[in-house]
Amino acid sequence: MSTIDRRAILKALTASVAVLAAGGLTATPAAAAADVSEGWTTQTLGAFADTLIPGEHRFPGDQVCAGAVTGPGAVQAGVIDVMNSPQLPLAPLLPEIAALLDARAVAYAAVRLIWLSPSRPPFVDLSFSHRTDLVSGLFGSGDLDEPVWQVMSLIVGIAFDTAGQSDTAAALAQGHPGLAWLRFPEPDPDGLWRFGDFSYGRPLAALHPATTPSGSPA
Amino acid sequence: MTETTDVLVIGSGFGGAIPAYYMAAGGARVTILERGPRWGAAQFSHSMRLGTYNKIVDVIRGDGVSVVAGNCVGGGSVVYFAASLRAPSYAFERHGSIGRRMWPASLSRATLDPWYDRVEQALPVAHTGWSDVSYAGGVLAAACRRAGHTCNPVPVAVDTAACTNCNWMLSGCAFDAKRSMLLNYLPAAEAHGAVIRPLHEVQLITPSPESGYRYAVAYTVLDPDDYTCTTNVGIIHAKVVVLAAGAVGTPVILQRSALLLGGIPGAVGRYFSGNGDHVSVADVDESKAGSLLGLSRPDGTVYQGLPIGRPITSATYDYLDPSAPEYSRFMLQQIYFPPLTNILAQTTGAPGWFGVDKRRMRARWPSWLTLLAMTEDDNEGTFGVVPPTGGFIRLAPGLGQGTMSFRPTTRTRQAWDRADTALRGILEKDGLSRVRPWTEALAGTVTAHPLGSARIGDDPTTSALDDQHELRGFRGLFVTDGSAVPASLTVNPSLTIAALAERAAIGIATRVAEAGVTMTGGVPLPGR
Repeated sequence: MSTIDRRAILKALTASVAVLAAGGLTATPAAAAADVSEGWTTQTLGAFADTLIPGEHRFPGDQVCAGAVTGPGAVQAGVIDVMNSPQLPLAPLLPEIAALLDARAVAYAAVRLIWLSPSRPPFVDLSFSHRTDLVSGLFGSGDLDEPVWQVMSLIVGIAFDTAGQSDTAAALAQGHPGLAWLRFPEPDPDGLWRFGDFSYGRPLAALHPATTPSGSPA
Repeated sequence: MTETTDVLVIGSGFGGAIPAYYMAAGGARVTILERGPRWGAAQFSHSMRLGTYNKIVDVIRGDGVSVVAGNCVGGGSVVYFAASLRAPSYAFERHGSIGRRMWPASLSRATLDPWYDRVEQALPVAHTGWSDVSYAGGVLAAACRRAGHTCNPVPVAVDTAACTNCNWMLSGCAFDAKRSMLLNYLPAAEAHGAVIRPLHEVQLITPSPESGYRYAVAYTVLDPDDYTCTTNVGIIHAKVVVLAAGAVGTPVILQRSALLLGGIPGAVGRYFSGNGDHVSVADVDESKAGSLLGLSRPDGTVYQGLPIGRPITSATYDYLDPSAPEYSRFMLQQIYFPPLTNILAQTTGAPGWFGVDKRRMRARWPSWLTLLAMTEDDNEGTFGVVPPTGGFIRLAPGLGQGTMSFRPTTRTRQAWDRADTALRGILEKDGLSRVRPWTEALAGTVTAHPLGSARIGDDPTTSALDDQHELRGFRGLFVTDGSAVPASLTVNPSLTIAALAERAAIGIATRVAEAGVTMTGGVPLPGR
């Protein structure tokens, strides 16, 4: 048997544990905020999603959606529903993940002398540009919690770009904000997609001279 | 009661289905264990709802790399994009990082060509023309021509008459137009008595204590509603084992079995390649596409065709130059991914993959053109500590944490950079589009073509298998999936994996016969 690389063991374990187990997360500064309320969890994770795919304020005074744009973003596309989807084993971990992000926000604010209100989650209290800066720093850092942010980002994309909580045809029929934003094509009446017109239908380039009879390279 | 079979096949994709057919048709009792569920056209849905496609496709995250892999009866052939290309001659001559030819001396493009011929007939592969090329493929072709390059329609394992160009190939084909293993080798194997057992995940291979049987294979039966739950366990004894669990699954099974097998070749779980896959998104300027390329659709729009048509329809072969040095050859291919991967696309400014500008770029999604460069990487991937069960730790349906690590070498990065430069030369010319590669921030480099993690070769120190795909030191234990392919091919590897499996079937049949099974030769192609 080949020699086992101890560093590889540690890296694999920490990567897995960070994503899989709340226990992995309680080893972080988030422990102090582990009793954070569900309301704060939703707000913090919503603000994270809004940083990745921004949307407009949902109502006057909306703090979660920073209102960096007009029109829908990940929150309007139902990202919180996807995070809580029974299809994902994520729901029990969300308070810990939100607390971890809020702990990051506290640290971020502290070194920049940004005053944070005690009345809302620290990450939510950051401006959109500060949220963006903080989130940028979560990636490529090699931090133990980086896999958490990677998975969470993929889920944000699943909510906006794929309407992952719904069948696609139904989501389109209901005007899902993300699919509408992409201008995802409509299906046939039976809910299946077919494209009768799909090709310019004419030669558009010379073929490579060494093409084989089956169409492969030589 | 002790379970036995003559030939146990682990995995039912190209690498498993093909030997399974030949062994069953030759007269052996064949059992196929497949980790994923058995779905057919009726179950394949046009939906991105969680709980649909992600039950049959896995994204397996490693350290620096993520792999997209099939997880169903038929394996990758069910969810792949059916591009069916022979590897160029030079791919077989590569030296890579080991300073000598990586492929066995007995294999070259010329010696593999007869096996390619067979697979092309058996699937079958359709030779496509310009009327098969999607709008997206057409934009690449027209841009190639304008930049002084050739471009070819890509042959596909698709019944083009039955194909509706729906672009849902990652979800399996609801119209049975894609010629996956479900439509050729697997039903032919079953017609000869092979038994397919879905949701059977192999954990361990050990020597068998049963007389006349060489290996005992331990498996768990997975709950169809939650693959992390085990509903049963079992052991099956086999005279010959064909391991084809995919380039991420196969090395892990062997690593877990190493102690009980008395040690395995050192090359198992090393030399992992992502086929040099490197994806970029071109944000096409519609007006430029009209004025520069002269393109127009029947409804008057110029392009806006990203989601329309088959996912792979055109590619330029201009950079497959056999006289060019290694790490400078690549194929540039038009490809479509469902918007699941939109998160990876980048704008030209910071922060790149997220934020206001990225959202604005999403509004132009129909005008994106996605490109896959298949380059020459350095086989720098390795597999680490074995997970408790399966090939990886399942985090969620369709998402796993794997044990592979891939730290791109300077040469791999240079290969990607050369492909990027070529792509920009074609697609950014006169402002036709802005091209940026996918970010590596979320998933490392992403590949749908894992290769090389238990590869064939002549050098025992750098290849786990001999040139007949037999694991060195283990008579009757074969590996026939993408793991066996020694290195990046610079084209989509499915046809090569299939051709190698066709070729390997002869050596496997010899071992089956040696084990006392009466085998008949001259087995025809499936369905003939």
